Amino acid sequence: MPPKDSKNTHAELVKKLDLQSRKSFIGDKFFKGLVIGASVYTLFMVALVFFALADGSLPIFLKEGINFVTGTDWNAVEGRESFGALPYIIGTLVSSTIAMAIAVPISVGIAIFITEMMKNKIGTVLSFIVELLAAVPSIIYGLWGLFVFRFWIRDYIEEPLHNTFGDFSLFAQAPFGLDVFTAGIILAIMIIPIITAVSREVIKAIPHSQKEAAYALGATRWEMVKTAILPSSRTGLMGATFLGLGRAIGETMLVTLVIGNAIGLAAIPTSLFSQSQTLSSIIANEFNEASNDLHLSALIGLGLVLFVITIFINVAAIYIISKVSKSYSNLRE
Amino acid sequence: MSNLIKYRILGISLLAVSLLVPIYVNSVHAQKGSINGAGATFPYPLIDTWRVEYQKVNPDVNLNYASIGSGGGIKQFTEKTVDFGASDAPLSETEFQKAGSAVHIPETLGSVVLAYNIPEVTTPLKLTGPVIADIFLGKITKWDDPKIKELNPDVTLPSENIVTVHRSDGSGTTFVFTDYLSKVSPDWNHTIGKGKSVQWPVGIGAPGNEGVAASIQGTPYTIGYVELAYALTTQMNYASVQNKEGNFITPSVNSTMEAVSAEASTLPSGSASWSSVTITDPSGPDSYPISSFSYLLLYKDLSTNPSIDEQKAKAIAEFVEWATTDGQQFAEPLGYVPLPQSVVDVNEATLKSLTFKGNPLITN
Repeated sequence: MPPKDSKNTHAELVKKLDLQSRKSFIGDKFFKGLVIGASVYTLFMVALVFFALADGSLPIFLKEGINFVTGTDWNAVEGRESFGALPYIIGTLVSSTIAMAIAVPISVGIAIFITEMMKNKIGTVLSFIVELLAAVPSIIYGLWGLFVFRFWIRDYIEEPLHNTFGDFSLFAQAPFGLDVFTAGIILAIMIIPIITAVSREVIKAIPHSQKEAAYALGATRWEMVKTAILPSSRTGLMGATFLGLGRAIGETMLVTLVIGNAIGLAAIPTSLFSQSQTLSSIIANEFNEASNDLHLSALIGLGLVLFVITIFINVAAIYIISKVSKSYSNLRE
Repeated sequence: MSNLIKYRILGISLLAVSLLVPIYVNSVHAQKGSINGAGATFPYPLIDTWRVEYQKVNPDVNLNYASIGSGGGIKQFTEKTVDFGASDAPLSETEFQKAGSAVHIPETLGSVVLAYNIPEVTTPLKLTGPVIADIFLGKITKWDDPKIKELNPDVTLPSENIVTVHRSDGSGTTFVFTDYLSKVSPDWNHTIGKGKSVQWPVGIGAPGNEGVAASIQGTPYTIGYVELAYALTTQMNYASVQNKEGNFITPSVNSTMEAVSAEASTLPSGSASWSSVTITDPSGPDSYPISSFSYLLLYKDLSTNPSIDEQKAKAIAEFVEWATTDGQQFAEPLGYVPLPQSVVDVNEATLKSLTFKGNPLITN
């Protein structure tokens, strides 16, 4: 190509840029509208869900009042209707707590292992396998839990615990394998890949200079993890944890298959090996055949309770994360 | 650049397709000559067989059945969004009032068996209604309880805790089982009552017949209730239950038919309220005591549902007539209990009373 006149090129460039900027101006407007539309749509959907739940559960709140949240009776027999959500709120919180207690240390451990200890091919393969777990549908975990895993849990974990520590109320009940403990363990397996994946990215994002500074000061690998990685990734790890918690609280079919589905007062777990039921599993269990209006309203009411719990947890998460990151940045200054 | 355009076109066309598919599907559903039903999951395999077989009899009629559960079936039937409903339990008094003029047509039978897993016991266990009630109330907690021993003097029972397994999902099976227990045990009737889902004081809840069966088979010293057809195909051990006349009856297709035949004379006319109809705890020396009907629900005058025209009304009535007579031959191979003649006669009278804007639909 022959060299062009520089002036000419400049003019062309300006022209081109101008054209492009005008074009992108229209594009910008369009994109802005699209993004605003999407956000408004999401907000609108949440509002709609809340309205539908509140509207549908009105009859049960009119009948039971606050008793619906604090009551323990759950009777759908015609003429004896009485509904209280407390056992399922407790069941939800207990099974999720067990799941988190197991999943968070393991996930963070895997994430540190992959990013810091095994940066080679083994780490890549391991993280690939962990992510593969995330692709397994939760119903598969549930069925596997029901047909295979619960026997292992009963024979190798619950029986020994019950035989050794049976005097403590926590392990007092004769284990059957379908209980909050099993549900918690299988939920943990389900949420480990999510927490691991997010934690890994968080840890990866920590600047090398920080880690090297720790090493330069003579830190061992564990000391480096303790002083350089964990403090600066605390916010992100917290976020990963709450993401996992959200999944654990809302999970339905997996829990239904392995938690033992007790009802009413019997659903309040008195030990680790008690049968229980969560908010979402009782909805899944009873919604199909609930022809009675009050029963239906009570189930929608459980949906509302779950909705409120989820919002509460998310708000609490945002609050805690902002607190932690603030205190950490204070520390740095 | 051209790639970008390609992607945009692809995106827009995908969006368009996703918007159009539901419209297309709707128009398919609304096509003429199709009968739409919804309801109980229990008769689904039978109704699905009828769908295939009835095509051979009458190729113009296309049957669609959604097994969404009895509750959903009753709801859709009452809201007139389907042509017929199906339910494992009869309409309750309030549901019957709400629906207007509904008729009940028993289309098949089911019975509930008590399946158990006691490795030491090989001969069938004998149980009575009150003992079953006490087990599920948590009052009898050991397998070698004197009350069970007394019924099974020849069996050495282990001194193990009984674990009861019930359905966690709302179910017609639970309704039949609790209906029976309410009849034979005043204690059960007083504290628990009958319903598709009740407040179980003890035990483990498992979803579906499969869930209950899996919980029983995998764990020794359990007892639970499942549909007869399910127990037969999975080869579980199940108990003989004492009937009203004092005989211990093994659940089977025949003993269920005995129960229905014994109670057929007490059935109301099709258009009356069936809310109190149960065939649990029947008379008759050979009747198995825990069985029930599964029902098809129609309006007495099919024009009550504005989406049904005369031609369709005729097609529905003819299909139901076929299903309750010739269609019964497909029941037994699938593990269902065919209707005895006495019930077929009751259905015939009900079908003859069906009308469309006052004109009878089946005349011969």
